[in-house]
Amino acid sequence: MLFALLFLLFLTFIYALNSGSYHLPFDRIFTILYQSVTNPGLLESTPSEKIVVIDFRLPRVLLAILTGISLAIAGCVMQALLRNPLVSPFTLGLSSAASFGAAMAIVFGGSIMPFIPPEFQNGVIILCAFLLGWLSILLIYGISRMKGSSSATLILAGVVIGYIFTAGVMILKYLTNDEKLREITLWLMGGMWGANWGAVVIVAPITLLCFLYLESLAWDLNTLSAGDDVAKNLGVNVNGLRIKGLLISTLAASACLAFTGIIGFIGLMGPHIGRMLIGNDNRYLIPCSALLGGLILLISDTAARTIMDPIEIPVGVIMYVIGGIFFMFLILRGKHRVIT
Amino acid sequence: MTLTIEKLSVKYGPVQILHEISFSHVKGEVLCIIGPNGSGKSTLIKTLAGILDPCEGTITLDKRDVSEISRNEVAKRIGYVPQDFQYLTSSTVLEAVILGRRPHVQWSLTRHDLAKVDTAMEMLNITSMAEKMLTEVSGGERQRVFIARAIAQEPDYFLFDEPTSALDIRHQIDVFQMIKNIAGSKNRSVLVAVHDLNFAYHYADRVILLDEGKIVSMGTVDEVMTEDNIISVYGVPMQFIKTDAGRYVLPDWKKAEERIPARPVNVM
Repeated sequence: MLFALLFLLFLTFIYALNSGSYHLPFDRIFTILYQSVTNPGLLESTPSEKIVVIDFRLPRVLLAILTGISLAIAGCVMQALLRNPLVSPFTLGLSSAASFGAAMAIVFGGSIMPFIPPEFQNGVIILCAFLLGWLSILLIYGISRMKGSSSATLILAGVVIGYIFTAGVMILKYLTNDEKLREITLWLMGGMWGANWGAVVIVAPITLLCFLYLESLAWDLNTLSAGDDVAKNLGVNVNGLRIKGLLISTLAASACLAFTGIIGFIGLMGPHIGRMLIGNDNRYLIPCSALLGGLILLISDTAARTIMDPIEIPVGVIMYVIGGIFFMFLILRGKHRVIT
Repeated sequence: MTLTIEKLSVKYGPVQILHEISFSHVKGEVLCIIGPNGSGKSTLIKTLAGILDPCEGTITLDKRDVSEISRNEVAKRIGYVPQDFQYLTSSTVLEAVILGRRPHVQWSLTRHDLAKVDTAMEMLNITSMAEKMLTEVSGGERQRVFIARAIAQEPDYFLFDEPTSALDIRHQIDVFQMIKNIAGSKNRSVLVAVHDLNFAYHYADRVILLDEGKIVSMGTVDEVMTEDNIISVYGVPMQFIKTDAGRYVLPDWKKAEERIPARPVNVM
């Protein structure tokens, strides 16, 4: 199953590289990719092809895959840690906090981070979104230190923190001018507009390391499904596992969201489809969710930029439509194994 | 092979639940813990299972302090079957039993692990329901699943926290026979917190009577389950009956109702 998904992701990757206003034959895509690795000098003879495929489409496609992977593994691990299939980076306030960070950066500009040069204005938004995303989980961690790290405490803390940051975003939207309001709204819709090689170089190692670390927790996550008491008896450090798992999954999700804006449902859809395909064993469910997350977001992003070509729809909007239909399907299907 | 508890005290926040509990538990023995609600039975079991931390005292496994042994090593030695099973609702029977191998595996389940899981499931007669969801099996069958998980864990000590509280009489006898079998034929030690005094009376090799977090009495059934002890701890007059069919502990209903007058209840 995992190999089938990997192959499907590869096919979609090639299709996505080929999709867009500038048409290229498939064999040319392979040639460009091959030459970019083996002999980049050869590509200088066809600069427009190089710019379209290597400079524009490839980083965008890679960022879509990485973001899908990160959000899906974060959702999968958070659901296992909190034994709640409806938990995602959104439930725990991460996206609200990241939105507040981005909105602050948009409204106040570089003045909140004077050490960043004005030409890197976009970097302020990315950094603020990332830092505030992390702050949300640190707040949850602080609450858990005071009140214990039961799943109910953590979920409630996340919901409350989410509301507080949402209120912050609303105040900023209310107070700011029309131009910045539009910018905040666009950021909240989510999209791959910010994709470039710089983003890929930052996000790729974070995603890879977070994936490997979270995958190493798979047995403990499985054990947690039997309840905290049984997991402790079976040798799991439950409190440590919850805190480490939440911190690392938040790192993966917030690093991507900082570049892409809010993209919903991947953290729910990836793991849920994964459970239908491969079962509950996190050793296989985490990689399966990762591949599904990458695949779904890549398809959605490709649709977002080609469906009304040359107008691009925010991928977040596409995800809400797909996510809504998917969850309606789950409700009508009524299988308790998927949502319990 | 001995589990020794010395002067064990446990607190929930500021409230002390167990006070200086000391006893030893040896190989092949069924040791029942009895006592009224709130006496500390579950707290004692959970502390021994590594779920709660004691505030004072020591637990030693074969003369080694468990606080100095890694979690995983302790998990290989002490298994636990909880009282309630609200979790694992999206798991199959097989997945639930496999979790017992967690202290033994690094990543992949070996043939040896799978053989242990198979054996545990065969012992508990649940092999045919391996692919069923836990929500699809009865309370008695679910209890078997969790005992199978503890057996798959291969511990030397089994801790049961009121394992028959939600079962009918047939399944209660079934579970206690399994417990006796684990201690007898498997030569493991079993510690059971139990409410029904008849089961302790019938199945225990030794009994600990707890009240308000302290050991009131400890010894054989005949030494501990005396009329004086039971009346003083439970506040209910009891009758101890021995017949050819077995031994029974029954409340002396008339005296008990005189002692515990009915409270007026206003039904709206």
